[in-house]
Amino acid sequence: MNLYLPIAEISLNVFVLVGMGAAVGFISGLFGVGGGFLITPLLIFYNIPPAVAVATGANQVIAASFSGALAHYRRGTVDLKLGTVLLIGGLFGSVGGVLLFTLLRRLGQLDLVVSLLYVVFLGGIGGLMLVESIQSMIRSRSQGSGEVRRPGQHSWVHGLPLKMRFHRSKLYVSVIPVLLLGALIGLLAGIMGVGGGFIAVPAMIYLLRVPTSVVVGTSLFQIIFTAAATTILQAATNRTVDVVLAFLLMIGGVIGAQFGTEAGRKLRGDQLRALLALLVLAVGLRLGWELVARPAEPFTITLPTGETG
Amino acid sequence: MSRRLLQRLGPLFARPPWAARGLAACLAVFSLPAAAQDGNESFEIGLSTDTISITSDFTGARLVVFGALDNADAKLLRQQRYDIVVVLIGPRRPVVVREKERTFGLWINRGSETFDSVPASYALAATRPLADIARKELRSRLSLGINDLQLQSSPPPGPAGQPAIDQPSKPAQDQPNISLAERRAQAAAEPKVASPVAARVDGYVEALKRIREEKGLYNQTVGTVQFVSPTLFRADLHLPADLPTGTHITRAYLFRGGVFIRESSEPLYVRKSGFENFIDDMATRYGILYGISAVLLAIFTGWFGRLIFKRD
Repeated sequence: MNLYLPIAEISLNVFVLVGMGAAVGFISGLFGVGGGFLITPLLIFYNIPPAVAVATGANQVIAASFSGALAHYRRGTVDLKLGTVLLIGGLFGSVGGVLLFTLLRRLGQLDLVVSLLYVVFLGGIGGLMLVESIQSMIRSRSQGSGEVRRPGQHSWVHGLPLKMRFHRSKLYVSVIPVLLLGALIGLLAGIMGVGGGFIAVPAMIYLLRVPTSVVVGTSLFQIIFTAAATTILQAATNRTVDVVLAFLLMIGGVIGAQFGTEAGRKLRGDQLRALLALLVLAVGLRLGWELVARPAEPFTITLPTGETG
Repeated sequence: MSRRLLQRLGPLFARPPWAARGLAACLAVFSLPAAAQDGNESFEIGLSTDTISITSDFTGARLVVFGALDNADAKLLRQQRYDIVVVLIGPRRPVVVREKERTFGLWINRGSETFDSVPASYALAATRPLADIARKELRSRLSLGINDLQLQSSPPPGPAGQPAIDQPSKPAQDQPNISLAERRAQAAAEPKVASPVAARVDGYVEALKRIREEKGLYNQTVGTVQFVSPTLFRADLHLPADLPTGTHITRAYLFRGGVFIRESSEPLYVRKSGFENFIDDMATRYGILYGISAVLLAIFTGWFGRLIFKRD
C-alpha cells in the first residue's frame, strides 16, 4: 500500500515505513538512544531526500524517546536534574546546528560533513565502548557487577569547579562538562538529525561516570527536548519536516520501543554496552565505506539552496 | 471552424462538459498564431484534463492528449508524411549539478555547474523516432527530445573567468579579406570545435539528463502518437509518481516530411490535493506552528503508545 508523502514528494510503501520505525524503536528502547542515527540513513537509503530524512528523523525520535522516557520515569531511572542541565547546553547547540546545516547544504557539502561526523563519532565511540565493555565482561566473570563505576577512581572531569550534586546518579560533579556535553549533543542533533543519544550515553557513562541504569532514562529525557527543538527549527527554517512520514515511523517506533525496553531489562549493563558498540560500529563502517568506495553515480542534482531537485 | 472541430473531438472525451469548455478556450487562443505560420494545415490539441491532482495514493498517471489536424494534404497524409510530437514539459527551475571526485581517498563534491532553467520533468510521445522526424539542427532549435533539450547554462562561478580566455574570439578587423558568407560559415562551424569548458559542461548536462531519465522524470516513447482517424490523433504520455507540482506545458509539434510546420500548446496544472495540499501549505506558510504541531503529535503518539502497551 503506497502513500504519497506531501513534503518528501514521493510515494512510498506504508508497511515498509512502519516496519522501519518498529525496528529502530526496538533498538531505541533497548539502548536508550533515540534511534536517529539509524533512521536517518535508512530513510536516505529508501530514496527520501537527505534534508527531509534528517528533519523528519528528529521528529520521529521525539515519539520513541518520550515513550521510552515515560517507562524509565515510572521505574525511577531518570535523573531529571542532570537531564535539565544537559538540556540547557543542548538548546544552544541545536540552534547552532540548524544554522550550520543550512549553510553546508547551500555549499553542497552537507552530505560529506554528515557522513564524516557519523564516521568519526560512531567509529570512535563504538570502538572505545566495545573495548571497554569486553574488558568489563572479562572482569565481571570473576566479580559479577558489570558496572563501570569503581570506588575511588576519578577522571580529570571531577576536578573542575562549579560542582553540583545529582542525587539520582549518585554524582557530585562540575556543571561545565555537563553543559558542554549538552551543547555538543544539540549541535550534532541539528546537523545530523539525531537526538544525540549515541553520544550522550557513552559520554555520561565514561566521562561523568553515571550508572548505566540511570544513563538510559536520562538520555531519553534529554533527547525529547533536543529533538523537539531541532524539529521546530528545521520546520521554521528549512521546511523539511514531513509530518505524514514522521507519523508512520512513530507508530512503528512506539510499538518497537515497548519491546525494546522490556528486552533491555533482561540484559546486563556490560552486555548492553557491547551490543550498542557493535551496532554503532556497523553503521559507522557502512557510512565510511560510502565515502571511500567509488560511487555508482558521481553526479548529483540539487536546487541552488541545496534541496534535492 | 472551432465549433466544428469541437463537435468532432467531443465524443473522444470521457466527461464532455468541462473538457469541451477547456478545449474551446484552447482553440480560441491557438488558432490565431497558427495563421501566421507556413502551410495551410491547422493543428490543435486538447487535454483530457487541465488539472492533475496528486492525492495520497498517486503512483503516476497517463495523460492522453487529443488533437486534430485539418486542411492536411490527403496524399501526404496517406503516405504518412505527417509527423506529430507531443511533449509535456514540467515547471522550469534552476538546478546545480555537482560531481564527486576522489580527494585524499574520499569522494567529495568538487566541480559544479548551475543551469538556470531546467524542466523538472519531461515526457515525450512521437509518431516515429525523432531522428526520422527532424534533423539534428531543427531538434536543437526546437529543444525537442531529451538529447536536444536546452538547459540554458549560466557561466561557471570560477574566479579567473577562464571560458573567455580559452576561446579567444577573433575580431572582424583581423580578417578583412574574408567574405561575409565565409565568416558566417566559420561562425556556424565554431561551436563544433569542442573547447575544454564546453566539454566539461557537456558532461554535467549528460549526467543531469541521465539521472532524470533513470528516475523516470524524463522519458520519451515512439509510436505513442497515433491517428485515430485521418485527421484526429491521440498521444499517450507517461507521468512518473514523483511528478513535480506546478504549471506544466503540453506542446504538440507538427512536421511535414521533415519540415516543422507549426506547434500548439496548452497548460496543465499539477497540484497536491486535499490533505496533502493542506500539509504542504501549513509547512510553507506557518513553519513554526507546523513544527510545534509535529512535536505535539510525536509526544501524543509516544504517550498513547505507552498507554496501549502498558507492560509494567
